[in-house]
Amino acid sequence: MTQLPAQTEKKLGLVIDLDTCVGCHACVVSCKGWNTENYGAPLSDHSAYGKAPSGTFLNRVHSYEVQPETGHAQTIHFPKSCLHCEDAPCVTVCPTGASYKRVEDGIVLVNESDCIGCGLCAWACPYGARELDASEGVMKKCTLCVDRIYNENLPAEDRKPACVRTCPAGARHFGDLGDENSDVSKLVAERGGFDLMPEQGTKPVNKYLPPRPKDEQIDILAPLLEPVAAEPQGFLGWLDKTLEKL
Amino acid sequence: MHPAPSIIFFTVFSGLGFGMLMFLGLGKPDVSGFTAFVFFAIAYILAVGGLISSTFHLGNPQRALKAFTQWRTSWLSREGCLAVLTLTVMAIYGAGLVFWNVRIGLLGLLGSLLSLLTVIGTSMIYTQIKTVPRWHHWTTPLIFVGYALTGGAMLTNQLHLAIPLLMAIGILQLAAWVIGDKRFAEEGSTIETATGLGHIGKVRMFEAPHSSKNYLMKEMVHVIGRKHASKLRIMGSLLLSLLPLLLLLVVGASHMTVLLAMVMHIAGALTTRWLFFAEAEHTVGLYYGQR
Repeated sequence: MTQLPAQTEKKLGLVIDLDTCVGCHACVVSCKGWNTENYGAPLSDHSAYGKAPSGTFLNRVHSYEVQPETGHAQTIHFPKSCLHCEDAPCVTVCPTGASYKRVEDGIVLVNESDCIGCGLCAWACPYGARELDASEGVMKKCTLCVDRIYNENLPAEDRKPACVRTCPAGARHFGDLGDENSDVSKLVAERGGFDLMPEQGTKPVNKYLPPRPKDEQIDILAPLLEPVAAEPQGFLGWLDKTLEKL
Repeated sequence: MHPAPSIIFFTVFSGLGFGMLMFLGLGKPDVSGFTAFVFFAIAYILAVGGLISSTFHLGNPQRALKAFTQWRTSWLSREGCLAVLTLTVMAIYGAGLVFWNVRIGLLGLLGSLLSLLTVIGTSMIYTQIKTVPRWHHWTTPLIFVGYALTGGAMLTNQLHLAIPLLMAIGILQLAAWVIGDKRFAEEGSTIETATGLGHIGKVRMFEAPHSSKNYLMKEMVHVIGRKHASKLRIMGSLLLSLLPLLLLLVVGASHMTVLLAMVMHIAGALTTRWLFFAEAEHTVGLYYGQR
């Protein structure tokens, strides 16, 4: 049913630390692997070794350059997947009832056997979290690895989304953002986690942690070091002066 | 947004078909027997043909019947339900006229009203999309209804209405473009709000997440189509409104000029509807440093 639940028992989601992410794309690869081999239609690739390879991915890593008013620009790697919004516009537009938000944990899912592949939900999502699979003609999106997190056949440490489990930098955290005492909620409170495009009114569950401010000074000993001679010395100095005079 | 031909044909031709039904339901023109059959056949070919065309872009059209279930929340579902209801009511009304020479006025009025609601339903599929600010505005339903009424009036030979409607739709389309051009900035989404990094400084795309285009970019970041937008706007509005008007007012209404005016109007409607999609900018483009 495409009516959104008034409230969900839990708000499972991800917290992504933009300070820690190194942009290695390991989460992209592990997501693609797990979600191709497990739940639902596989994530197809087209012309994988051709001129313009394309394929379905549920998680992608963008990289941005941010230029402050003064000082150097910084590079920030930016993983992006479904934010499992509380007011998910993708769910209510669905004509068939294939898209739904679960009451028990707030995960937004697609029932692929009901999906007609009209693409309207992908239009309704401001974040580009949904991709229509070119082979299967059904909408694919992050399931928060619903087939891992409750899966008792897996060892306890693997019962988290594949992207979180694989991240070598520990930049991705998984938990209940509806419980203010959970580790992820504390992390969001402590680090000032924020929503993407809050003006869209989607109330995303996933939060992003901002990069920590850069140090003003590279080393506390730096000011004590002899400055490197700015003026050339010796032969180069003579050449510099002579050329200057010409 | 990607201007898919199936969707352009769907919105333009089903709009024309339901526009015709709006007038036929009101007994304009007052026809019966074989003449009524011809009018209703044209309206049904346009409306149903348009609806069938809309299924061509589906990934799994064999499940299309499921789209009638979610009318509580989904405008796409509502539009489907309204279309079927309208076509059923108008079929009974039309059968009365064609086979028994009976005009059930109240049923016609209901069918006419339902036709209007169906066109509004079509327009709401786009109007509801908040991520495309150009569409998410009252001009969208007005444009869709305006096109249906103008085309409907021409196809049912209601020239006294078609001439003012042609003027109105020209002005309305112009207004929609002027307003639409400012909509993205008005809604306030930028690459800074999209990434949440605006508090640090100016954000620029440094490296794309993938080396060639993906579904999102093909579907929602249709930059290439906007190259000739301003030329197409001029051509579109000439064909849609000005040239048919000049033809009908200066040369005068005859079978030939009305037919020619109609062909020009439909060509104009297809051009401007192409622009409706091609010029629509989706917020996801911001993540790619594009609009």
